[in-house]
Amino acid sequence: MDFTLSKEHDMVRTLFKDFAENEVKPLAQEIDEQHRFPRETVDKMAKYGFMGIPVPKEYGGQGADTLAYAMCVEELSKVCGTTGVIVSAHTSLCIDPILTFGTEEQKQKYVVPLAKGEKLGAFGLTEPGAGTDAQGQQTKAVLDGDEWVLNGSKCFITNGKEADVYVIFAVTGKVEKRGRIMKEISAFIVEKGTPGFTFGTKENKMGICASSTYELIFTDCRIPKENLLGAQGKGFNIAMHTLDGGRIGIASQALGLAEGALETTINYVKERKQFGKAIGAFQNTQFQLADMATKVEAAKMLVYKAARKKDEYKKDPKVSYSVEAAMAKLYAAEVAMEVTTKCVQLHGGYGYIKEYDVERMMRDAKITEIYEGTSEVQRMVISAALLK
Amino acid sequence: MKVVVCIKQVPDTKGGVSFNPDGTLNRAAMLAIMNPDDKAGLEAALRLKDQYGAEVTVLTMGLPKATDVLREALAMGADKAVLVTDRVLGGADTWATSTTIAGALRNLEYDLVITGRQAIDGDTAQVGPQIAEHLGLPVISYAQDIKIDGDKVIVERLYDDRYHVLEAKMPCLITALAELNEPRYMTPGGIFDAFQAEITTWGRADLKDVEDGNLGLNGSPTKIAKASDKVRKGAGEKVVPDSPEDAVAYIIGKLDEKHVI
Ligand SMILES: Cc1cc2nc3c(=O)[nH]c(=O)nc-3n(C[C@H](O)[C@H](O)[C@H](O)COP(=O)(O)OP(=O)(O)OC[C@H]3O[C@@H](n4cnc5c(N)ncnc54)[C@H](O)[C@@H]3O)c2cc1C
Ligand SMILES: Cc1cc2nc3c(=O)[nH]c(=O)nc-3n(C[C@H](O)[C@H](O)[C@H](O)COP(=O)(O)OP(=O)(O)OC[C@H]3O[C@@H](n4cnc5c(N)ncnc54)[C@H](O)[C@@H]3O)c2cc1C
Repeated sequence: MDFTLSKEHDMVRTLFKDFAENEVKPLAQEIDEQHRFPRETVDKMAKYGFMGIPVPKEYGGQGADTLAYAMCVEELSKVCGTTGVIVSAHTSLCIDPILTFGTEEQKQKYVVPLAKGEKLGAFGLTEPGAGTDAQGQQTKAVLDGDEWVLNGSKCFITNGKEADVYVIFAVTGKVEKRGRIMKEISAFIVEKGTPGFTFGTKENKMGICASSTYELIFTDCRIPKENLLGAQGKGFNIAMHTLDGGRIGIASQALGLAEGALETTINYVKERKQFGKAIGAFQNTQFQLADMATKVEAAKMLVYKAARKKDEYKKDPKVSYSVEAAMAKLYAAEVAMEVTTKCVQLHGGYGYIKEYDVERMMRDAKITEIYEGTSEVQRMVISAALLK
Repeated sequence: MKVVVCIKQVPDTKGGVSFNPDGTLNRAAMLAIMNPDDKAGLEAALRLKDQYGAEVTVLTMGLPKATDVLREALAMGADKAVLVTDRVLGGADTWATSTTIAGALRNLEYDLVITGRQAIDGDTAQVGPQIAEHLGLPVISYAQDIKIDGDKVIVERLYDDRYHVLEAKMPCLITALAELNEPRYMTPGGIFDAFQAEITTWGRADLKDVEDGNLGLNGSPTKIAKASDKVRKGAGEKVVPDSPEDAVAYIIGKLDEKHVI
């Protein structure tokens, strides 16, 4: 067992940190207030390979590992939760399923430009009636000659409207499973601009305000037959496999938010004076900081372990990282929520004012307990494995 | 076209300077970075690579730990890296440093040698011009812009209040200013590749046409006799002058007394 980072990982961390400080932090408050997608940052990240970190070089990526990718989302989220989730949804939810389940042609056509950051990706699973119960899909896909015809809608889609490539799930028939009639779900790759594919409501959110969250609408949207991703009927498995990886991304986002808030607060309590001394000199402040730092460190170990486990899986597909990912996301998200809330408290009245970063971090933290599977879903995954 | 960039690993003076009890620099306590002028020089070379397909080699003299800056340079896009390291090279002043680097450069092919204007630790700004002298190359210092025209370089050389445009035939040596450009970031993949890359390591025996008497502490005409921290500023002084004129006169007097003006 080795708890020290390799020199490579030390250096990538320095890179992500410098980039986040210089390029991302100066924009964080402005884009949050304006609810504006930071396209200029995405272009810069594309230039430096951040949009395809764990993707093999032959598919346009950087050939680095999941841990390096997790550290990127973490460092970005330390200063801006939105920028962290843009990278995470793109990499984990769009590139990963195409890379894992796509044909060689699909990888060349879609993964290469996505990993180079020439195109942006998104993932559309959730529907108004199918959130936690992802089986409750209503969107349909019917094969008509050489084309699939999609009808239905998706809601709450991250990178929606900004993305060029979408991995979409739809019902393609019915199957009998253990005597029950169940929906047969399949996955598809859909490009922006395809006739019949439009965008509906833009969500007005509590946090990650600069991330673009849209409704997707499909009305007789025809896509080529070869855009079926994986085998017909394997959509549910593809979605679940994808979300396992995505949870490492969101866990990294949550970890970054907690670390960012804690760092900011440590600086603040050293400066702010009341009763003639820095508020950091009060034992309540000190103990709060100690508890938070301990939880953040525990979260970090879980997140890095899950990332490492996914790297092992890449070498040996028998390895499972689903429970590790669920634990990392569950714990890191709850730590992010607790830490950011306490950090606002330690800032006093100033913490409630938008000029101070911690109020944004607190708003951003809440979503990490909800998307890519709520904390309750993570508990289901973990307990199911325990009681197997 | 071949470009060699000389880069030095220096303590990060931004994070504060730390001294040992005996007054020498506590290098171990300080973060080490690529000297900022050298990073700009490297960026200039990488732009020549982007534009003309130049091959970029980075070279450093230092302890084995200095490979860190070489890996950083590779991760930014340099093609080859050379570390010059040997016990006998330690304690070098600018003369011995420049003879060593010149000795290493004689093994390499180059059209351009780029160094920084100065290193933020030694602060002498002498190594670049001295290397040029040893190798019989023309030198253009304080470059704020570099262009290539056939077998010539056209360089804007910065002065306090103006710049000169100079043209020189290659091979030549240029010393770069941090103001030259905005250095690029490394890439994640570049970092992982850099740790797989082979770094050429040369010792005393690999230096060409250099005498022992010009190397290391023994070959240094100057010796550092003493190093000390600057005297710390005392507490500020509050004065309540009678009029604005008195205030100006008092401040000017103080600045004059401290040789600031
Ligand atoms: C900003 C944002 C971005 C998003 N991005 C995407 C995206 O890119 N792609 C995508 O496909 N989706 C996305 N989502 C959707 C997100 O994944 C879902 O909102 C989430 O999975 C929860 O589903 P729901 O909202 O329908 O809640 P519901 O499923 O209605 O859940 C409501 C509550 O009930 C609990 N609950 C439900 N079932 C059970 C049960 N069996 N046992 C115990 N508790 C239960 C839940 O945990 C939750 O607390 C996004 C959502 C948001 C808000
Ligand atoms: C406190 C202190 C006092 C010193 N006093 C003296 C003194 O009085 N006289 C004296 O001769 N030396 C002195 N030195 C010595 C020291 O030996 C220099 O650090 C060394 O010779 C290089 O000079 P420099 O750092 O000033 O580099 P500069 O001449 O400022 O560097 C110019 C450029 O040369 C290149 N370069 C410099 N060193 C290297 C290297 N090792 N590898 C690759 N490229 C390099 C870089 O491109 C750099 O940007 C002193 C050092 C210290 C710390």
